[in-house]
Amino acid sequence: MTIILNGDPVEVAGPLTVTALLTHLGVDPRRVAVEHNLTVIKRALYDSTQIADGDQVEIVNFVGGGSHT
Amino acid sequence: MNDPLIIAGRVFASRLIVGTGKYSSFSVMQEAHLASGADMVTVAVRRVNISDRSKESLLDYIDTDRIALLPNTAGCYTADDAVRTARLGREAGLSNWVKLEVIGDEKTLFPDNEELLVATRILVKEGFIVLPYTTDDPVVCRKLEDAGAAAVMPLGAPIGSGLGIQNANNIRIIKEAARVPIILDAGVGTASDATIAMELGADGVLMNTAIAEAKDPIAMAEAMKLAVQAGRLAYLAGRMGKKMYASASSPLAGIIR
Repeated sequence: MTIILNGDPVEVAGPLTVTALLTHLGVDPRRVAVEHNLTVIKRALYDSTQIADGDQVEIVNFVGGGSHT
Repeated sequence: MNDPLIIAGRVFASRLIVGTGKYSSFSVMQEAHLASGADMVTVAVRRVNISDRSKESLLDYIDTDRIALLPNTAGCYTADDAVRTARLGREAGLSNWVKLEVIGDEKTLFPDNEELLVATRILVKEGFIVLPYTTDDPVVCRKLEDAGAAAVMPLGAPIGSGLGIQNANNIRIIKEAARVPIILDAGVGTASDATIAMELGADGVLMNTAIAEAKDPIAMAEAMKLAVQAGRLAYLAGRMGKKMYASASSPLAGIIR
């Protein structure tokens, strides 16, 4: 299936959970926040949140910045 | 001197808040943070680089047991984007604090105060501790305070300009009317600018570029720590009045003739 991940279309085997997607991408879940179809997903719900074909997913983390970097 | 900065009931030993951007390396940033004595640093929220996971994480270089993270909404141009970014920052940092920025103009990076007020109201309602970055306009600062901002952060000069405080009188007026802490955010170029901000009555100063782009960021970080302390002490001490003419400081009696 195709999802929109951080703005780009990406092919993944699915449907899959947020946890499975992060594992697949090699992303440490403790360091990121995930938005699924414009809703922020609480970490406790990563295991139970299903991502389906066409869904929009944003994975963000903290980077260096003061103001408008 | 035990004179902490208190925002929304949380106690900070330092009145200097620093950024995490523009450093030549994470290790220089870490040493600069240590030299600054800051116990709150601001961080930006950005998309994870999916294709290259090899990059080091900023958080490996911040001792989060000692230093509070202040996620910011830098780069947002609408209230909607800022609210969305704040929500993501809360989840990533597990803290409901946010340095709220809604930019209105690319060239000056001046804030869009209309959108800023809208975003402040929404986030306060959602339980965020909101620290909005705004212009040095006393009326806007009052409106942000009325909207529930935990502190208000007027600029001294455009972000990254290093021009120093352009309208000292406004900062004084803003402070005089405020019931929440006033943090001067943006415009500091060197240590004396930070001192002036504190002498004007600011409760704290937030800066990034002045330290990160100094030739020696670690030395400048220490200079800023001392500058903020000196300015605060001078403000509390109460400066002498200005006079037009000289006033001798040695006794006039007993002069040899």
